[in-house]
Amino acid sequence: MLQPLIDLQQVTYAYPVRPGSAQQESPALRKLSLQIQQGEYVVILGHNGSGKSTLARQCNALLLPDQGQVIVAGMDTRDLASHPAIRARVGMIFQNPDNQLIATVVEDDVAWSLTVLGYSASEIRQRVNEALEAVGIADLRALPPHKLSGGQRQRVAIAGILALRPDCIIADEATSMLDPVSRQEMGKLFARLNRDLGITIVQVTHLLEEAVYAQRIVLMEQGQIVQTGQPGQLLSDIERLRALKLIIPDSLSLAARLRAAGFRIAEDAVTVEQIAREIARE
Amino acid sequence: MNDVMIEVAHLSHTYTTAPVKKKALDDVSMQIPRGECVAVIGFNGSGKSTLVQHFNGLLRPTPGSVRVDGVDVGGAQVNLRALRQKVGMLFQFPESQLFASTIYQDVAFGPQRMGLGRHELRARVKHALDIVGLPLQDYGQRSPFELSGGQRRRVALAGILAMTPRVLILDEPSVGLDGEGRAEFYAYLQRVRQEQGVTTILVSHDMAEVAAIADGLYVLHHGKLVMQGTPASVFAQSEQLRRWDLAAPPLHELLAALRQRGIALPEDVMSVEDAFHFLQQTQKQKQKQLPDVSSRS
Repeated sequence: MLQPLIDLQQVTYAYPVRPGSAQQESPALRKLSLQIQQGEYVVILGHNGSGKSTLARQCNALLLPDQGQVIVAGMDTRDLASHPAIRARVGMIFQNPDNQLIATVVEDDVAWSLTVLGYSASEIRQRVNEALEAVGIADLRALPPHKLSGGQRQRVAIAGILALRPDCIIADEATSMLDPVSRQEMGKLFARLNRDLGITIVQVTHLLEEAVYAQRIVLMEQGQIVQTGQPGQLLSDIERLRALKLIIPDSLSLAARLRAAGFRIAEDAVTVEQIAREIARE
Repeated sequence: MNDVMIEVAHLSHTYTTAPVKKKALDDVSMQIPRGECVAVIGFNGSGKSTLVQHFNGLLRPTPGSVRVDGVDVGGAQVNLRALRQKVGMLFQFPESQLFASTIYQDVAFGPQRMGLGRHELRARVKHALDIVGLPLQDYGQRSPFELSGGQRRRVALAGILAMTPRVLILDEPSVGLDGEGRAEFYAYLQRVRQEQGVTTILVSHDMAEVAAIADGLYVLHHGKLVMQGTPASVFAQSEQLRRWDLAAPPLHELLAALRQRGIALPEDVMSVEDAFHFLQQTQKQKQKQLPDVSSRS
């Protein structure tokens, strides 16, 4: 049995209660267990407050479990000395690209972590080139980040992580501030990094349409995993998804209604193209 | 009283402070009917925010003209204070502009500066909070920071409604909200329109979210008004929209894919319901035809 890249075992976590607050914080994660294998493309799906971002932050030791344990590439996140090694292997990008870019020029930003870690100039140059190529913004390398669109800035953030040659990228709602076209392109980029470079992708989102390209979906609610499976298995139960406060894309609604009316539409048809093909076949 | 609320004629705008002069608006003309809900759509940098900032005098029309409710906002005599009372604007991520320690104080801030009496002020705050579903008696004395993101955004909306604007401009109003927060926000927005007859202008790059409530769409690309019409007529041009970096709503992408495969969906199919009924009808017809063919042969 292959050892998982990320192994959460019975993890419980509650955010510290703010002093003076009357509210008792309920745990954001409750006895949650999840294994993510090297090379997987996993989407963590849930509405705001379901615990999905907390789960993501446990995966690279930004948060540590109150109970249970998280093992990343064989390292226990409770061991503080392992944090730099864990974060070099599991990188994270966040919702707002503006909060994660620091340098005044794109290529300096991508080189930042490498510089801090003391890599040689030639090594840095090579890795930055590779990373910029991989995310498709090599032509923007000399521009200041504020000249870029939101989608381009997220690519800079991803390149900064790629330059560290990680095993895994966690994208925490990284597309929710982008326009629909950039969002689709970001999804394609994740799929490509996963397929071509073998990078494990963990994408945290509340959007079902982003989940359709994943190999596996992990559905969260109230700090627990309520279901996990392939998109086709999970996305055909529309009523359940709606009950979990997710927006149902019209393409899936239509497929479900037609299926209920006796149309033969395969359950694993989840993308717009697949659904169109199934309907046209009838 | 005429039935055009906002009239834009040959409006151009060039940002002179930018290192490279860029024409943000290029000869835009449009008429927004009173009481309607319209959406200005375009990719980042298409000029949509620049356009609406002319509507409440944040930018002066040079060259071109903008009339709001008959008043030329570029005129030397224009009363900007009155204009901004009439044209309320909700910026992106408005919840980040909440600052007061109670929700009451936050919503009251704008109308207070209009010099209203205490009773009038309270009545306005109460009404505004009622509309957005955060009743004064339950929420008035709470801190806005205890609320969810969607609720905080509704507090920001109430702060503008309390000034009883005739025009409401919303810049990317649902970005960052989840499904529930988004649906709630739009439901309350519909209420505002129905109860107050406010002319509503949405700025967005997401067609799906405006499709549900907008009567008309204006598409901007590189500062030019390139398309306008009902959602149905605009979405039917999904190829064209892609060229402007815009995506038609997912349903319309599916419909386009079906049309490509030879299914003759009419243009007025606008909802899952419509599409379902059409496809069911065609299937029934096909099933009826099949035995006929075999019996004849």
